[in-house]
Amino acid sequence: MNDMTNTPRTKPRVSATFDEYTLSEIRRAAATGIYDIRGGGAKRKVPHFDDLLFLGASMSRYPLEGYREKCSTEVVLGTRFAKKPIELKIPITIAGMSFGSLSANAKEALGRGASAMGTSTTTGDGGMTNEERGHSTQLVYQYLPSRYGMNPDDLKRADAIEVVVGQGAKPGGGGMLLGQKITERVAAMRTLPVGIDQRSACRHPDWTGPDDLEIKIEELREITDWEKPIYVKVGAARPYYDTALAVKSGADVVVVDGMQGGTAATQEIFIEHVGIPTLAAVRQAVKALQDLGMHRKVQLVVSGGIRNGADVAKALALGADAVAIGTAALVALGDNDPHYQAEYEALGTTAGAYDDWHEGRDPAGITTQDPALMARLDPVAAGRRLANYLAVLTLECQTIARACGKSHVHNLEPEDLVALTIEAAAMAQVPLAGTNWVPGRNASF
Amino acid sequence: MTDATRFDLASAPLRELNSALHKLSADTNETYWKVANPAGRHAVAAGLDVPVTVEIDGPVGYYCGGMNKQARIIVNGNAGVGVAENMMSGLVHVKGDASQAAGATAHGGLLIIDGNASARCGISMKGIDIVVKGSVGHMSAFMAQAGTLTVLGDAGDALGDSLYEAKLFVRGSVAGLGADCVEKEMREEHKALLAAKLDAAGILGEVDISEFRRYGSARTLYHFHVDNVSSY
Repeated sequence: MNDMTNTPRTKPRVSATFDEYTLSEIRRAAATGIYDIRGGGAKRKVPHFDDLLFLGASMSRYPLEGYREKCSTEVVLGTRFAKKPIELKIPITIAGMSFGSLSANAKEALGRGASAMGTSTTTGDGGMTNEERGHSTQLVYQYLPSRYGMNPDDLKRADAIEVVVGQGAKPGGGGMLLGQKITERVAAMRTLPVGIDQRSACRHPDWTGPDDLEIKIEELREITDWEKPIYVKVGAARPYYDTALAVKSGADVVVVDGMQGGTAATQEIFIEHVGIPTLAAVRQAVKALQDLGMHRKVQLVVSGGIRNGADVAKALALGADAVAIGTAALVALGDNDPHYQAEYEALGTTAGAYDDWHEGRDPAGITTQDPALMARLDPVAAGRRLANYLAVLTLECQTIARACGKSHVHNLEPEDLVALTIEAAAMAQVPLAGTNWVPGRNASF
Repeated sequence: MTDATRFDLASAPLRELNSALHKLSADTNETYWKVANPAGRHAVAAGLDVPVTVEIDGPVGYYCGGMNKQARIIVNGNAGVGVAENMMSGLVHVKGDASQAAGATAHGGLLIIDGNASARCGISMKGIDIVVKGSVGHMSAFMAQAGTLTVLGDAGDALGDSLYEAKLFVRGSVAGLGADCVEKEMREEHKALLAAKLDAAGILGEVDISEFRRYGSARTLYHFHVDNVSSY
C-alpha cells in the first residue's frame, strides 16, 4: 500500500473559466433571482487607445516648440444647419449625465469646471435643472426616449439638442433609476411616484428608424427656429451605418459612444457584452463621414474610456472633432476617492471599484440624492478639480500634437499613428508598429 | 371673431409660418390664424407659446402642434404620427383620424380626436387629457405616467402596458390589457373626473358615463422582484 502522506499532490487549481468573480456572481444570482445592476462602463480589458502610439517628428517632419509655437484647440460644433453653432475652446466636452443619477452639487460642479475651460456640459435622462443651466455657459439638452422633464422652454434655453438613440454602455437599452434615488424632487421632474424602481424606455415613443428621425429633427428645428445644433448620439454598435444614417437624418453632429462609456445603472451583462470598444468605432464613423463627403462638415464626437490627453489626441488623429468624458469627469470631481476607503469597505467594495451607483449611497456625494452625502461634495472645489483636469488633458493633447508638428489639434491624422497589436491595427486602420501592414486595409465595411 | 390671418402653405414655406407664430406676443391681436394647403406637411404649428387659435384646413403630417403651449390648434382633416406630442397646455383638436403616438409624452392640455387614433395613443403621457371619440389601436397608454385617456370606442391589444399613474376610461371593448394594467372600480370621484373631461371635450351629456370602465396600474412592477420576472 502507498504511503499517501509522501505522495506528491497537485496544487488546488482555480478555473480560468469559472474564476473567482464568476463564482461570486453565480452565488449572488442564485440568492437573489435578479440580474446584477451597476454603474460605469465595461470593465473587461478591450482593445483601446493604449494600443496605439504616435510616431512624433523625425527626419522627414519637424515638431513645434512647446509653449512658444501655437497649437490651437478650439472646435466648432453644428456648422451644417444650425444658425448658432457651439464654439468650444477645447476639444473635450462633458457627456450626458442626469440629475437624479447625479446629485445637484455634482451637476453644478460639472457646469463650473466645464465653463471655466470654455466647454459644454450635457443634461441627462431626467430633465434640465436650474443649477446646471445656471452654471453651464454652454449646455446640451438631451432628447431621450423617456422624455422625462422634456419641455419647450428648456429646449429653447439650451445651446444644443442631443437626440439620444443609444449609449455605449447599453446600445438597445433604456435607463434605470432605482427607488433609493427617486426623491421627491427627482420624481416630480420625471412625473413619477416617489421611491419606485424606474425604467426608462429603450426607444423613442414617436419615431422609429432614420426616416422618422429626419422628420423628428425637422420638428425640433422648427420649434427652435433652426438655431440650435442638433446632435445624434449612438452607442457604438454599427458605427459606419449608424453615422451614415444620422447624417442622412439631418444631424449637425454625431456622437459615438463606445462600450467603455459609463451609465448610471444597467445590467452588468449588458455593459460587458453589448456594443463594441471605442477604438473599433472611431474609424468606421469617420469612414462613413468621408464616404459621404461630410467629414468636418458634420462633426464627430467620440466618447467611452477617454482618460488622458493621449486618448484625446488619438481620437482626434483618427478623425474625431472632439471627445466627451463622463467617468473621468466624475473621478476628477472625487468619485472613488481613496479618502473614503473605510466607507467603501463598509459597502463591501474598495475605492476604485465602487460601481453600485444606483444604490444612492456614494460616500463621495456624487451618485446620490442623500442630502447628507451630497453635502460632502463642494461644487466650487470639485468644479475647480474638473477644470484642472480638463486643462491637463488639453495640455497633454497639445504636447503630442506639437511633437507631431501640428499647429491645431485637428491636424493630427491617422498617418501619425501606429498600432501595438494586430487587433488595434485592424480596428484603427493604422499600420502595426514597425511594419507597413494594416490588417484588412482593402476590406469594405 | 376677428378676421383671420391667412397663411397658404402652397405658396410660402412652413418655416415662415412657424416663425411668424413663434414671434407673436401674448397680447397680439392676430389671435385667429387660418392655414390652407397643409398637404401632409410635418411640424405644422409646432412649438407655439401664445393663446391664439390656428385652424388648419386639410391633413397634416407628423408632429402637428408638437410641444404646444397655450394655443388652440384645430385640424380640419387627418393628422399623422405624434400629433400634439409633448404638449404642455392648450388644445389640439383633430376633426379626422390620427395616426400613431397621438399625444405622446404630453404633459398637459387637451387633445381631442373626433375619429380613431392608431397604435400607441398616449404613449408615455405625462399629464395630458386625451379624448378619442372613435377607437384606439394597440399599446395605447404604454408606460403612461399621468393624465387621462378617454376612449368612446374600443381599445386594441395591450392597453396600458407598464402603466404608471395615468387613468384610462374606455366605453367599448378592450382587446387585451398590457402588463400591470387592471380594471379598477369606477367610483364617484372617477365618474366626476370623466365627466369633467367629457365636458372639456364638449360632449358631456352626449354619452352615458355609466357605460365606461376604468383601467389603471396594479403597481406590481413598481419595484423589481424575482416573481415578476416574466413581466420584465
